[in-house]
Amino acid sequence: MSSRAREIGVCLTIVALMLLLAWHAPGYFTLANLTDLFLANMPVMIIAVGMTMIILTGEIDISVGSIFAICSVVMGVCASRGMPVVVSALVACIVGALLGAINGALIAYVRIPSIVATLATMVALRDGLRWWTQGAWIQGLPRQFQWFGQSQGAFTTLCLAATVLIALSTALGLRHLRVGRSILATGSNKAAANIVGIETNRVVFGVFAATGVLTGLAAVLNSVRFNQVPSNSGLGLELKVIAAVAVGGAAITGGSATITGTVLGVVLLGCIGSALTFLGINAYWEKAIQGGIILIAVAVDTLNLHRRDHAYTPST
Amino acid sequence: MAILLNAVSIEKSFAGVHALRDVSFELKEGEVHALIGENGAGKSTLTRIITGILRPDSGRLTIQGNDVHDNTPQYARSLGVAAIYQQPVLFPHLTVAENIALPLESAKPRWRIDWKRRYADARDLLLRMGISLDPRRLAGSLSMAEQQIVEIAKAIGSHARILLMDEPTALLTDREVDNLFRLVRQLRQDGAGIVYISHRLEEIEALADRITVLRDGSTIACKEARGIDRAGLIELMVGRSLASIYPKREVPVRETALEVDNLSNAALGLHDISFTVKRGEILGFAGLVGSGRTELARTIFGLSPAHSPIKLDGKPVRITSPAQAIRMGIGYLPEDRRQHGLILEMGIAENISMANLQAVSRWGLIQRTQETDQGESYIRSLRVKASNASTAAKTLSGGNQQKVALARWLAIHPQIMILDEPTQGVDVGSKSEIHELIVQMAERGVAILLISSELPEILGMCDRIAVFRAGTIVGTLSRAEATQPKIMALAFGHADTPPQESARA
Repeated sequence: MSSRAREIGVCLTIVALMLLLAWHAPGYFTLANLTDLFLANMPVMIIAVGMTMIILTGEIDISVGSIFAICSVVMGVCASRGMPVVVSALVACIVGALLGAINGALIAYVRIPSIVATLATMVALRDGLRWWTQGAWIQGLPRQFQWFGQSQGAFTTLCLAATVLIALSTALGLRHLRVGRSILATGSNKAAANIVGIETNRVVFGVFAATGVLTGLAAVLNSVRFNQVPSNSGLGLELKVIAAVAVGGAAITGGSATITGTVLGVVLLGCIGSALTFLGINAYWEKAIQGGIILIAVAVDTLNLHRRDHAYTPST
Repeated sequence: MAILLNAVSIEKSFAGVHALRDVSFELKEGEVHALIGENGAGKSTLTRIITGILRPDSGRLTIQGNDVHDNTPQYARSLGVAAIYQQPVLFPHLTVAENIALPLESAKPRWRIDWKRRYADARDLLLRMGISLDPRRLAGSLSMAEQQIVEIAKAIGSHARILLMDEPTALLTDREVDNLFRLVRQLRQDGAGIVYISHRLEEIEALADRITVLRDGSTIACKEARGIDRAGLIELMVGRSLASIYPKREVPVRETALEVDNLSNAALGLHDISFTVKRGEILGFAGLVGSGRTELARTIFGLSPAHSPIKLDGKPVRITSPAQAIRMGIGYLPEDRRQHGLILEMGIAENISMANLQAVSRWGLIQRTQETDQGESYIRSLRVKASNASTAAKTLSGGNQQKVALARWLAIHPQIMILDEPTQGVDVGSKSEIHELIVQMAERGVAILLISSELPEILGMCDRIAVFRAGTIVGTLSRAEATQPKIMALAFGHADTPPQESARA
């Protein structure tokens, strides 16, 4: 499969980058830096797992940045009003699920194309949040809010465990669960999936709602790292997430994507930014290089596809 | 009169299946030459060769005196070939004038568009044709008939001398058909040659000067139209011996499994359909493409929910989704296995378990070994040529793909099985194996609905045959009384409508 080739390609690129860093900037590999790197990219990683499922079904969600911001603020507001931190976290995840479900309902049942539906919710949610918070950050959070009241080290371990668990269980679920098979079938050929009795509408609705939950969880884990919650977090997050999934080899037309590929995509794009700083390259190049990587990855796919198309003669 | 088009000994095959075999066809100036034949006789393939969409494997094609070796759509157009199809292919968001002007202008693009001239030219052209149509209207806002007329205007505007019309009246009403015929006769008078393809024999009688009959990719006859009768044409179209022996065996027919009483579905053009099918019985659905057979299958299977008065085992049921239909023991093998059947990227075992995943899973967890075992057992019993059960479906041949698609439905152990063109595009060997499987299903007491456009298959496999025309069943024949001409007569509406000028069913 070509997705295997992609995974290997991205993996080799990461290894090459690591070798270059080990050569020129061994300071990159200090525990402190790696921890920072992980925590900074954890939200992208968690949401990208959900986005992989959405892209598998042939849809897209560009509202995850806005949902992320709302969940972060909800988490902060709940905690600052005196709710236990765990309850606040639960509320934030539920809000994420609801917002994802709204997206899902608009796309699966009202049948609005996902790019348009989530563009609308992206803008509406972002501006709604601005109006609600008046741009003010959430402050006055209780002491146990930060790190969930844990030490920083314990918190990082918790986050790492959560991220690994989410990625691993989704990867296994896609492979071994009936619902996973339904997602793959829906993305590969919706008409055929319908005929074998798969409720494709429910599948599409489900992946959006699930991504909403994951976005909420990412927001929770991210916001407790600080002692205040900004009201404009998650700006441009959707682009990072979608870029990582694309670099990981997902076909934007649906039916073909792997969690392994996505994880590697997040790692590659996540490492590049700070690597530039360590290598003494101007950080302004970060976005340009990321753009270049996305182009190369997708171009390789398209070229392969062309070659296959030419070899194929239709039988009609 | 000069010969506009001459095709000699054209051969064309797709993946080893002959679509055209030594076909010759000639078109003179000022004639309407009708091309008729059953579904799959090769009419479309021939027109696609003339218009340059397909290349013939061998044979000679001469258009307006030019030897055409490497025909392309552009080249054919430059030689004056234009095609008009059942479904107009206009740009809906552009005006009539733009649609007419496009084929002319795309040949020599200019920087500035002379809008005034464009509209004036279009108006002149339409006026010459005797059509009152505002060239400023958007093509998408026109009726089907008006769009068809714009297609003809497009062809005339580009000085086409050879006009191929493939079922141009399929979507038109009587009045619109008369108007179209007037235009065709006018074109003939002006010296153009028209290749006219239609399933409607009364149209052929009204228009054609000559008639060529194609059957199974070969030219069967080329005759002057004068004095030809419809029954004779039908005989020519279908008159062939059974190409293969069918394994049909007598099965004791048991109780009624499915009963449909006065089903209508306006959105799909179905009306007043009633039939029953018993356990062990194979009921054939014959008729032309588009006569409502597939639409009926989809309605029964819950894909296009309608108010469907359906009884299963005597009990009224409402089926609103395929999932529900499957739970009630109905299977549906769709016509287009690439579009609606297999998930081509997935393996054989995964494709087979698709419709009853619960059988190979526990607590929502798919039991891979069980799934693979099931796949392998079907690969063995249906003799699917594949190395193993994880082989991707897209790498299989058409016949093997169809066996996998069928295995998927065998795996749900259906009570009622709807088969839509189960052997279309399948090689001869797999075809008879699929026929054998169908008979075995009937022996196990499955009630079978068999949709097929291949009359020998219908005659060879079915206990009873329901013939469809224009969205309803126009007659049901028993195995004993059914013959190809009888079925065709019903399908073409010849049996109950006397011939008349431009009459329409």
